[in-house]
Amino acid sequence: MRLVSSARAERLVNLVLCLLATRQFLSAERIRATVPGYADAPSDEAFFRMFERDKNELRELGIPLETGRRSSFDTADGYRIARQDYELGEIDLEADEAAAVALAARLWDTPQLAGAAHGALVKLRAAGVEVDETRGPVQPRVRAAEPAFAPLLAAVQAGRAVTFDHRRGGPTGEIVRRTVEPWGVVSWRGRWYLVGHDRDREDVRSFRLSRIAEPVTPIGPAGAVTVPPDIDLMGYIKHNFDPPPVIGAARVWVPQGRAYGLRRLGRVLGPRTHRGRAGDELEIDLRSVHLVARWLSGHGPDVVVLDPPELVEAVRLNWEAAAKAHEGPPGSAP
Amino acid sequence: MSAGVADRLPRLLSLVPYFLARPGVPVAEAAADFGISEKQLRRDLELLWMCGLPGYGPGDLVDLSFSGDTVTVTEDAGMRRPLRLTTAEATALLVALRTLGGLPGMVDTASVQRATAKIERAVGDAGLAGVAVDLTREEEATTAAVRTALEQRRALRIRYYTAGRDAVSQRTIDPMRLLLVEGRGYLEAWCRRAEGVRLFRLDRVEAVEQLDEPAAPPPDAEPTDLSAGLFRPSAEHRTAVLALEPEARWIAEYYPVDEVVEFDGGRARVSMRYADPAWLIRLVLGLGGGARVIDPPELAEAVGRRAREALAAGDVNAEQEQTWDS
Repeated sequence: MRLVSSARAERLVNLVLCLLATRQFLSAERIRATVPGYADAPSDEAFFRMFERDKNELRELGIPLETGRRSSFDTADGYRIARQDYELGEIDLEADEAAAVALAARLWDTPQLAGAAHGALVKLRAAGVEVDETRGPVQPRVRAAEPAFAPLLAAVQAGRAVTFDHRRGGPTGEIVRRTVEPWGVVSWRGRWYLVGHDRDREDVRSFRLSRIAEPVTPIGPAGAVTVPPDIDLMGYIKHNFDPPPVIGAARVWVPQGRAYGLRRLGRVLGPRTHRGRAGDELEIDLRSVHLVARWLSGHGPDVVVLDPPELVEAVRLNWEAAAKAHEGPPGSAP
Repeated sequence: MSAGVADRLPRLLSLVPYFLARPGVPVAEAAADFGISEKQLRRDLELLWMCGLPGYGPGDLVDLSFSGDTVTVTEDAGMRRPLRLTTAEATALLVALRTLGGLPGMVDTASVQRATAKIERAVGDAGLAGVAVDLTREEEATTAAVRTALEQRRALRIRYYTAGRDAVSQRTIDPMRLLLVEGRGYLEAWCRRAEGVRLFRLDRVEAVEQLDEPAAPPPDAEPTDLSAGLFRPSAEHRTAVLALEPEARWIAEYYPVDEVVEFDGGRARVSMRYADPAWLIRLVLGLGGGARVIDPPELAEAVGRRAREALAAGDVNAEQEQTWDS
């Protein structure tokens, strides 16, 4: 089998060299007669099948195969490769720039992107750039462990719609079938999202990749998805996570040497004694009573909520509910 | 079989330009640069010997000469430059560079930006397809101080917040690596107090001071294995079983859980690892009845006790206020 694939690789290299060397479009027949390897085809049909596969292979590798006719007398398309479209432009990197490129090539901890970055490095090296891949002590990595990542990236790059099962966020978490025209995959703060046009809801939507179940099935032809030219993928995701505005300030008391997490969240207003215990009064930005109540109630008797009254009440209700949930024998089912 | 050609053809088209750019490069170095064995490299070169321009006579074919362990190109058959980057390759490299450009302190962003501009120019109109990355911005001064210590191989004294114990401590550490994992920055170091390798989250380093003494992690200090992600279950961890109401269902996504059993109406039962009981008690107490500890029983008991103590203290506060009012 290695012999077969070597023969094919050799034929493809010769095909590329031949098409790079020609200025005129070469017909398939001319290529068949010229490029070693095609003469082995036992019939016309076998040759065209072979040639078709080879053209696809070249296109998939990003080789800009042009088709056209030399003159109006030609009956079929010919082929050539324009050298200026084929060749990587001149590039010359300083040592520190090459180090940055090496670090960038190692960023991806996901086979699809890591493989593509390695392919880029091979070409840069072939263009004479020296890239030292020795690992230094600074190691930024971006991982995509979600099984949906590979098929979604492939669909984005192929411009192909996909359909998949998606578990909704929020309390109910039901599974819904989605059909999406994928525009891009976005990693924000270590989490991956898909952004695209949701065909059922006829609007832009984002989906967290960890909530997308396999299989992700491509539907329809490649190249059918049109990404709006002005779409800001990252901006769209970030917008969904804009924190709510500050609606007030929470004032709380914490004992000395305790509740460091709360101290980090807010500002220490000053030392205060509470019921004979030494401690500090803190002020915390209040964006959501519910959220701050969660942070505060976790500290139990190590926090005294002073203000506002609705926060005092929310924290008390949390404690009541927690006390109630944990008063019976713990083994019983939910 | 086709995957083999898809891997090999770009390499075959790159080899001649590579050797042209580096006359006399050792075969071993070339093989390493392409990420293949020397044997594979020799097979590739033998194949290229059979390739060339129509005519396929001497002077048309690729010609390479071996001299000892080095390779020199004598005929290139028109393969002088590598193929331009594919859209996928350009995307992988440029998105990575732009991501690094957003990490001041961790990397030299000025050289990243110059490299990005040069690559963009060379790549031409390959276009960028649908990948974007944005990471948590860490405190630049802290990150830069850590990086300097690593470069100068110096020990550090840090003030560090431990979320598990909800406490701050002083530690003397020997820095090993500056990592970016799952969107956050970490300093991996030998902690002299814990006598072990620890990962310190950069946003929890409250103060950092470089010491005059050299960083000296013990030779047997093993770098952390992050191949399966950041959370590594260890013997120190215990497991708790929690019953979650729909409103607390999110914690199963936010924290590492081993097992999720779904029930009707969005309820779930999860097994969750924890290192510090105080941390889990804070979490459950904060969820205010949204989560109930099923196991271990002593943890359930502790949550109930903390809640009752807090309520009792609150009653005392309310009574006192009433006394002051009257």
